[in-house]
Amino acid sequence: MATKDITVPEAGERNLTELIRVAVPERSIRADLRAVSIVWRRELIRFRTDRLRAITSLVQPVLFLFVLGTGLSRLASRGLPAGVDFRTFIYPGVLAMSVLFTAIFSAASIVWDREFGFLREMLVAPVRRWAIVVGKCLGGATVATFQGLIFLALAGVAHVPYDPVLLLTLVAELLLLSFTLTAFGVMMAARIKQIQAFMALTQLFVLPLFFLSGALYPLNGLPAWLTVLTRVDPITYVVDPMRQAVFAHLPFGQVLNRLSPGITWFGWQVPLGLSLGIVAAMGLAMLGIAIAEFRKTE
Amino acid sequence: MTPAISVSALTKRYGEIEAVRGIDFEVSTGETFGFLGPNGAGKSTTIKILCTLADPTSGTARVAGHDVVKERDTVRRNIGLVFQDTTLDNYLTGEQNLRFHADLYGVPKAAFGPRLRQVLEMVGLWDRRGGVVSTYSGGMQRRLEIARGLLHAPRVLFLDEPTVGLDPQTRASIWEYINELKSREDITIFLTTHYMDEAENCDRIAIIDHGVIVAIDTPEALKASVGRDRVQISTADDSAAIRELAEVFGLEAALHEGLVTFSVESGEHFVPKLFGALPVAIKSVSVSRPSLDDVFMSYTGKTIRDAEASIGDRNRRIATRFGRR
Repeated sequence: MATKDITVPEAGERNLTELIRVAVPERSIRADLRAVSIVWRRELIRFRTDRLRAITSLVQPVLFLFVLGTGLSRLASRGLPAGVDFRTFIYPGVLAMSVLFTAIFSAASIVWDREFGFLREMLVAPVRRWAIVVGKCLGGATVATFQGLIFLALAGVAHVPYDPVLLLTLVAELLLLSFTLTAFGVMMAARIKQIQAFMALTQLFVLPLFFLSGALYPLNGLPAWLTVLTRVDPITYVVDPMRQAVFAHLPFGQVLNRLSPGITWFGWQVPLGLSLGIVAAMGLAMLGIAIAEFRKTE
Repeated sequence: MTPAISVSALTKRYGEIEAVRGIDFEVSTGETFGFLGPNGAGKSTTIKILCTLADPTSGTARVAGHDVVKERDTVRRNIGLVFQDTTLDNYLTGEQNLRFHADLYGVPKAAFGPRLRQVLEMVGLWDRRGGVVSTYSGGMQRRLEIARGLLHAPRVLFLDEPTVGLDPQTRASIWEYINELKSREDITIFLTTHYMDEAENCDRIAIIDHGVIVAIDTPEALKASVGRDRVQISTADDSAAIRELAEVFGLEAALHEGLVTFSVESGEHFVPKLFGALPVAIKSVSVSRPSLDDVFMSYTGKTIRDAEASIGDRNRRIATRFGRR
């Protein structure tokens, strides 16, 4: 560590002619963690001041759950055991959707930052690149999880019980999903320099990812092509554990097993831990790619 | 004492274009040093290399005693940067922007509060620190950036065109802050500008044109080296006037900014003779003492505005050439 040479003026005395000396310390892991923390906090500050975004991001999942869910429940109820609401069935998937947009769009702020020059302020600082990328991903994950929490508050409307264990499980799974999605967005933002291109590309990804995740239908008994596609979609590996967690806390859980058969690969049941492990591994891999990309830039 | 900046045989090449073609100079500690030249002369490229944002093609550059390529992070810790374009977060307040910077640069927490106050008071923004940056005027944003560049007490402050895009009044106030800063902080300032009048504020200036330094000295010495007054006239027939000036007075005149321009030893004594001898009708006359404009002209053979116009042409030609491929 370099010497800390700080001259602090007396309280109340504004001695402007006396220079306050600041010695910027040598690079250290502590300095990098401080950078992670401030990049993370900046995301939170911006989320807090941008209430409009929080509200508009809520519109889509609310539409899916209450409009699409209510409308389709008249058709879908035939496939459901008596007393089970279709909205309960799709709730975990729509909950995943509620973080999908926020997570990817918080990565879009990198593209904005580049356009408005703020990215340069970060990249010329004497800190490691990974600190900035990790801070950004954690920030996006936190903000998206907050967004998920708002939607989680509506659980009762879909007849999902407010069980503390269930809520904690869902929050943890949301956090994992948000992190992976933000890492995906940051990885793309490293390459894509125009905000329009970024938005267009995310639009291209977001809805297919959502529709293929089994958020709106059970994963068994699908045609072969759709079975393959659902297994390729990483969102599937979070939606299914979330649905299993919800169903485990419903009174008629046994009856619903048929609707939540779990993910299978050629007939082999994928364990819950592996499911979530796949999502975590993908998130870390994309984070690694993002860091490598940002090291290259300039 | 090691110089704040020392550059030797520095070149930078972008594909076919050689932006910087072998420059050498030194800036001593505490000096305010200006890089003066038209847009595209290589100023920004040089500043980018000195700030570790671009690697030189060949040659070396040391800032605060450290090599900009081999000791990049040490250099970064010792420099403050104010870019041509703003690099502020418009959604954060002025204070939040500075706190972000302090954390990135590892400014000791105990020093942050008092230092924040000092730099913000220096640029007159202490009372507005809680305002969101998007509500600031262009001049305030630039001042906030200067405050941020100083926050971590860098040894060298780089200002890339610090007043570009600002109105004359704001430009003058920015310079007041920079001059005050020189007296208050123990700092070396390196700046680039294409405003001649602003270069007067520097202790020394280097005139750069087409990637080479054509002159380097104090503004006074540079102006003294030119010595002659500049006369600009507008006439009914400029080409005839240029011809007559050559024939009658043996003066080499040329058209600059739409005016017939030439240099003479003593302008006020020359003008009366001019009216008697020139057969072409004269519409207006202006005589000026040597300025940095004349210095620039005598070293490069053109005014800085001519130089920028021709660079514009060159860029257009390059654009059309690529367009046709």
